[in-house]
Amino acid sequence: MTDLSVDLGFLRLKNPVLTASGTFGYGVEFTPFVDLNELGGFVVKGLYFHPRPGNPPPRLVETASGLINAIGLQGIGVKRFSEEILPRLKDYDTALIVNVCGDEDEEYAAVTEYLDKQDGIAAYELNISCPNTKRDGRCPALSPDTTHAVVSLVKKTSKRPVITKLSPNVTDITEIALAAQEGGSDGLALANTFLAMAIDVETRTPKLANVFGGLSGPAIKPLTLRMVYQVAQSVQIPIVGIGGIVSGNDALEYMIAGASAIEVGTANFVDPESTKNIIRDLEAYCRKNGIQRIEQIIGTLKV
Amino acid sequence: MLTPLLKLLRYSDIFVVAKIAIRMHKEPKALIILKRTWGDYCLLGFRAERIATEAQPGQFIMVRSGDNLHPLLRRPISIHSVQDDTVEIFFQQAGIGTRLLGQKEKDDTLDIIGPLGKGFHLENSLQEKSVALIGGGRGIAPLYFLAHKLRNLGALPRIYYGGRTINDIPLRKKFEEEDFEILLTTDDGSFGSKGQVTDLLHVSLQDFSPIRIFACGPEAMMQKVSRIAREKNIAAEFSLEAIMGCGFGACWGCVRKLKNDTQEEWSKICEEGPVFPGEKIIWQEEEQ
Repeated sequence: MTDLSVDLGFLRLKNPVLTASGTFGYGVEFTPFVDLNELGGFVVKGLYFHPRPGNPPPRLVETASGLINAIGLQGIGVKRFSEEILPRLKDYDTALIVNVCGDEDEEYAAVTEYLDKQDGIAAYELNISCPNTKRDGRCPALSPDTTHAVVSLVKKTSKRPVITKLSPNVTDITEIALAAQEGGSDGLALANTFLAMAIDVETRTPKLANVFGGLSGPAIKPLTLRMVYQVAQSVQIPIVGIGGIVSGNDALEYMIAGASAIEVGTANFVDPESTKNIIRDLEAYCRKNGIQRIEQIIGTLKV
Repeated sequence: MLTPLLKLLRYSDIFVVAKIAIRMHKEPKALIILKRTWGDYCLLGFRAERIATEAQPGQFIMVRSGDNLHPLLRRPISIHSVQDDTVEIFFQQAGIGTRLLGQKEKDDTLDIIGPLGKGFHLENSLQEKSVALIGGGRGIAPLYFLAHKLRNLGALPRIYYGGRTINDIPLRKKFEEEDFEILLTTDDGSFGSKGQVTDLLHVSLQDFSPIRIFACGPEAMMQKVSRIAREKNIAAEFSLEAIMGCGFGACWGCVRKLKNDTQEEWSKICEEGPVFPGEKIIWQEEEQ
């Protein structure tokens, strides 16, 4: 019998397969396809303190093996999430991770403080790639100082473990990762989407109303995989790998590179049953290779 | 451009959170048993019993165009017809996804999810009443299913079917052979009345009084139908098109500005639509 569970230190997951925020709604949308109990956990759509209207359409454009989105974090805010969604999720035997957003550092702390009073949440994922209104739209994830500031502020009050989700749009992601670790982050999630754009040549207009969006999907997998590997050499806290995972093989690459768990994102749209297929593939891989505990493969890249 | 809109939004009511959708099925290997093509237009029939049983006119499926990762996303395609355990889709090969879909042959399989969204409203009060169905180009697709349902309900559907040329109204014979009342137009006059389908609708409403209009087609066509319906005080419903990520309410990618009560808000086409009553829709010329 293969043991697929993984230990993040602050949280034990029944298997390494989570979902990426923004691609799994609030979880409830996927119940016709996936038994949420089978997942290692799931990360719900990013929450600001107040509801957000999001960006104007078009919000999506497909590119070669990828998807650029500019949804603009449309969402229902912490109050409605706590009242309407949480009660429907609390009976699932899986780790519910809430992705936390903020226009300012204080908003991240306000969101986690509000959610600290609610039951049924295993951890927070800090989305520090949101544009920060106090810093001319620059998100905290773009520099070590601002990353350290927001992580340490949230960690001061948060009653739950914090996973910091980094932006890949930086020169040296290991610097940012170390800053998050120093700020007290319990884990890291690598990475968010790549800033991208697409143009309609007939009209010479951007294909997204927001001009820029974030690229996800198989197109980015080699890029984030490299980042996970680099960061794994530098930090001591566990890493959750994200970026273009559509198969068990993709998930294994991230784990061998040093990720303790992974998040499935865009693949949830391509095949809403992706997560359960990936879990099945991981089990088959372990069985075939005589691996008793999947944790044994984490960070085992032979270079 | 966005700021005035945001002021209109009542934040607490912007969001309708997805209800748990139980009537939604994934059929990874629906067997294709029928294929017909007319130039760029293609009809595929495939076995998908649960979807066939539950589908309503105006609903759609999300279909993968192949097994590869490019193109990545499923394509939303409206349900054209259902018979027993078989579902038919009718589409135009316009981009890479639909072109690949058009290369599928009989005995191939399709990976689909459906039925999705909310379709046209059909109620018993339509019985023995005239209704008008307006289809432009590939927009005719859901109206065939709708015409059959209306006929079964006892309503009297008249179909207006228009295209740019004779090549863009390939389903005309199918409607005629089944004795539907159908009026045809082409922009270039190569078949039927010359001009746009909306011109013919406008003229014919002088001595034809439908109690409901159902329309699907290019945005400009539907906008004109909406104006005509408003002038004549006829309730109208429109099936809107959008680029979709998931098709079932999770990605929030397919939104469009809609009037809900007195508010304007970004609403998900896939979940709240794709069919909307005319009074909810904000057409592009009104957006300025």
